[in-house]
Formats: sequence, C-alpha cells, structure tokens
Amino acid sequence: MPVITYREAVARALREGLTEDAGMFIMGEDVGAYGGAYAVTRGMLKEFGPRRIVDAPLSEAAIVGACTGAAMGGLHPVAEIMTINFTLVAMDQIVNHAAKIRYMSGGQYHAPLILRTVTGGGAQLASTHSQSFEHWFASVPGLKVVTPATPYDALGLFRAVREEEDPVLFIEHILLYSARGEVPDERYTVPIGKADVKRKGDDITIVAYSRMTPVALAAAQALEAEDIDCEVIDLRSLRPWDKETVLESVKRTGLGLVVEETWRTGGFGAEVASTIQEEAFDYLDGPVGRVAGEEVPMPYNRALEQAAIPSPEKVAAGVRKALNR
Amino acid sequence: MITSYKIVEHLDKKALHSYYRQMVLIRTFEERAGEQYMLGKIRGFLHLYIGEEAIAVGAMASLKPQDYVVTHYRDHGHALAKGIGAKEVMAELFGKATGTTKGMGGSMHIFDRSHNFAGGYAIVGGQLPIAVGLGLGASYRQEDRIVLCFLGDGALQEGAFHEAMNMAAIWKLPVLFLCENNLYGMGVPVSESLAKKDIYKLADAYDMPSLQVDGMDVLAMREVTQEVADRIRSGNGPYFIEAKTYRFRGHSMADPSVYRTKVEEERWHMKDPIAAYKEWLLEHHFAMEAELAAMDLSVEKEMEEAVKFAEESPNPTASALYENVYAK
Repeated sequence: MPVITYREAVARALREGLTEDAGMFIMGEDVGAYGGAYAVTRGMLKEFGPRRIVDAPLSEAAIVGACTGAAMGGLHPVAEIMTINFTLVAMDQIVNHAAKIRYMSGGQYHAPLILRTVTGGGAQLASTHSQSFEHWFASVPGLKVVTPATPYDALGLFRAVREEEDPVLFIEHILLYSARGEVPDERYTVPIGKADVKRKGDDITIVAYSRMTPVALAAAQALEAEDIDCEVIDLRSLRPWDKETVLESVKRTGLGLVVEETWRTGGFGAEVASTIQEEAFDYLDGPVGRVAGEEVPMPYNRALEQAAIPSPEKVAAGVRKALNR
Repeated sequence: MITSYKIVEHLDKKALHSYYRQMVLIRTFEERAGEQYMLGKIRGFLHLYIGEEAIAVGAMASLKPQDYVVTHYRDHGHALAKGIGAKEVMAELFGKATGTTKGMGGSMHIFDRSHNFAGGYAIVGGQLPIAVGLGLGASYRQEDRIVLCFLGDGALQEGAFHEAMNMAAIWKLPVLFLCENNLYGMGVPVSESLAKKDIYKLADAYDMPSLQVDGMDVLAMREVTQEVADRIRSGNGPYFIEAKTYRFRGHSMADPSVYRTKVEEERWHMKDPIAAYKEWLLEHHFAMEAELAAMDLSVEKEMEEAVKFAEESPNPTASALYENVYAK
C-alpha cells in the first residue's frame, strides 16, 4: 500500500473535494500564494484559481462568519484558521452563530462549513501558540469535531466530513504533518463518531486522540518489555464520540487510562473517564487513570515544554499506576 | 444628510399607500407585542421598533424577492417589511409551533427562508460577517442577488464591524450595510462610545462609498436605498448608509429609559415618521383621510387576528427540543 504523509493526506482530501464539489472553496490566511502556514494548500492556488483558493484578510471572525453565510447560501466552504489558538478570536462566530443556525432558525437554514485548524504544542511556540481547545468545541451542541491521528484517518474522515450538513471542525495536529502512514488508492471513508482500536490488548484500555495516539502507542510498545498488554483506542471524533467502543474495551480489560494533551481540568478525558465510571463501573478493577498536560501556560524552553506535554514515559507510568505495578 | 426627495414617476399611488400601511402595521404590531409582553404572554427580551418604521419600509421597497435580509435583534419591523406574515411573527414571540422558527428563536431571532430573511442575530455585530458570506455566495454563483444588512450604532463599536466592512470592500461584495443610528447603545449615547462623529464617514476607512439619510422619512429612505441597491446590483461593491433615527420606546421592555431627557424625546416625537408621512400624503393629495383611516382599520383587524392566532396556536411538542440540532 502506498505510504504518504499526514500533510499529503489532508492535501489530497482537499484536492478531491475541490475537484468533485463545485461549491467547495478554501478561505483562510495565506492559503493561496504562500501555500498555507503548514504547506497543506501549496500549489492549489495555481491549480484551482483565486475563486476557489481565497486568501483572506487577518480576520478570523469574518473568515468563519463569511464561510457560515456562504454555507447558508448553499456553498460548501472550507475555512482554514491557521491555529486553534486563533479560533478564540472567532469564537462568537463558531459557537454563537455557526453552531446555532439550524436550531435557531427552526431548521430553515443550515451551515455546512468545514473549519480546518491546527491544535497542539511541541513546536516551541510558547503559550499563545501551543494550546489544545478541541474539547471546548466538543462541548457545543450543533458542532461536530474530528481529530485524525494518521494519514489514513485524515483522508477518510475528510471524505465523511464532506457529506455532513452541519459545521464540522477538522482538527489537525501541528506535530503530525510529517507522520507517514499507509493510504490505499481505493476509495474509502472513515465514519464520524467511530473510534479505532489502534492496538489490541488485554490488560488495560488506553483512550487517546490526535497526537496522543502515537504517544500512547509508543508507551504500549515499551510496556511490552514489562509484559503489559495495552489496548489503544483512538477516538478520532470528539463529537459525537464512540462510547460503545470504549466501554466494550474497558469491560474486557477491566482498566482504563485516558490520555490527552490539553490541561487536565475540564479536559475531554474527564468526560471519557466519567462515562466509563457511570456505565462500566461494575467491570472496573480500579479507578480510571488520567494523563494530561501540565496545568501551566506552555513555556518556550525545549526541556520545559517537553515536561509539560504527556510523553510515552508519562503514559507508561500512568499504566503502571493503574495496574499497581 | 439627505432629507429631501424627488417625486419620481414610479412612485405610484398604490406604492405610496403601501408604505403607509406597512409603517402602521409595524407600529401596531409593536404596540400589541408590548401589551402582550405586559400580560406575560411574551417573555425574554422584547425590543420594539417604534419610531424607526420608515427605515425598514423605505429600504425594503428597493429589494427584489431573492435579496437576502440579515439583521439584529430589533427585527420584527424588518421581518414584516420583508413580507413575513404578522401572524407568524407574533406566534414566534409567543413561542408557538406556528412561529417563524417554531418557537426556537423568539423575538430576537426571526428567520424565514421562503422570504430570504436570513435571520435576526442577537450578538451585537455578529450578523455582519454572515451578511458578507451571503454576499460572497451570491457573487460566487453569479446570482442577481444583494444582501441588505441592518446594524445598529452599537455594532460599529465591535471588531466584527471592521472585519466585515474590510472583507466586503476588498472583495467588492454585493452588501448594503444599513446602520440604524438611533443615538443610543442601550443607555449610552453614541457620542460617548464612538470616536467618529459622523458615523457614515467610518466607511471612508475602507474606501467604501457611504451617505447619511433621514431615517424618519420613508420616501428619502426609499429613494436613497433604491439608488444604492441598483448600484450594488450592477457590481459596484458594497455601500454603507447611516439612517438617523430614534426609538420611541426603551432599549427593550425592561428599560425604564432614564438616560434620555423629555425634551429630546419630544423633539424626536415631532418627527414621527408615520405622522409626517400621513401629513405629506394628504398635503400632496396622494391620499384622502378616509383612505388612510380604512388602512388603519384593516391593520387593527389584522393585528387582532395575529394575536388571536398566536394565542390559539399550539406550543411545540416536547420532542422539538431535540430536533434540528443536526441534520442527522
């Protein structure tokens, strides 16, 4: 099977959309001549022209709002917000408007916009450029949120997202763009709201998403040496999220550990852990563990930054603690 | 400020009468809504449009049915002027299943797709980027369609205003920004909250053409917006209009209006857009007292029916709570 990067997978998904859907266009800061801050849209301006690849002014609220309006008018916009940190200045348009249009209009209007953005830390961009807010959006009815961790899932999920008639946040990870993975030439899709068991195991269920998926997989790999057999589930979607797959797994392994990059307080892991305890309590051999980012603004210094983000070592420690080892 | 108008030939008697009736309709609707609010039949926030009727009626007369209207939370007058039934709007205020959004949006969020009324938005300035997007869509698909975007003077103080004006201007989108300057953002005078004295000149920052018009004069509104709408329709990009007006009631029903002086209120009441227009119609022999009285009466009847309809309509079913969150 051909191997491509995460960046190439997203670019392929976008090209496919632009080619197959005349109502699709990309609007964002520097998506055109510059080729995108993370080089995802490189070359697309030349291929599709300025009507389809729209370099927007530095106006995140207006980018999201304009894409919402265009979507209400029957188009299928892809809004690129350079990083998830910048979605904060567009929060009103995302949460108060795009998420509300269908409900508030009694179903008369809807806004099928795709909001692509980039989450996560680890690139030494310090505290304003290294945050993870996908769980905030995942708490809002009216929005859908997907967080692919592999090239395969990025392409497959984008295809599913294109079929949606509601606003979807398609959240890429800053450190995953060069990650490589097998992607078949044949057409496939990855359904929204369906988790993926990335590794089978019997001793404990590790639930992760986005870049914490490869981190959890690395931990699981290392723990093999200690004869610990981890199951690793990649949620892939945060809203809706796949309770069934998680519960089924935890009921089998009897232990759960949630791993996320954002701050522990109010993180998506709290939602997952709480759901496990509510719905699979009798199957648990111990409390659901949590590994999350340190509760600090992200520092610039490399060593300090690394200390703030969950690592395979921290995940492995979390597993040992859950297993009393 | 544009205060006078040429009597152009296409303003036939029928159209002139319809402006009168629509303004009376809006005023009466708002009076009835205010009464029903006091009776507890309407809850939440209720912002009345009384005093500002000439703007909605004059501006809407220049639109084609396919044109979009996007507006703020003081939206009943705009909805009625766009041709949405008084019954449906009143039922929405009552939160009923027969309302414009089936009781989901209420007073501040009127939507009616069949009239291309793309919503009342209650976050100040939030509707502006959406209006730009609807204009972008029309332009992308090369449709003969413009967007009339109402905004209050308060919206000028929001960041979304700058972003939307800039975006509409650089992409030459078919958007008519119509600012209803009623001089107060809730209780604070615009003069104390906006650095620009003449609001319409803010558009200069975007090299966007603009003008100021007397928002108490329905014919001036009609004439000015017709010219501007035609200009936008021909592909000349966005335009900004400041219509000077005054709300005769408080910001919302919850507002005791302690921040305005009696003298100021009385001065503006002298410019009541309906009384002034009535006088003009009679003076220029476009209408007789009896004709206007007959219209007043028919509006009263229509409003009685609207309130009755709202009163008697069913509430949404319990299952409506979960409908329309997503397509599926």
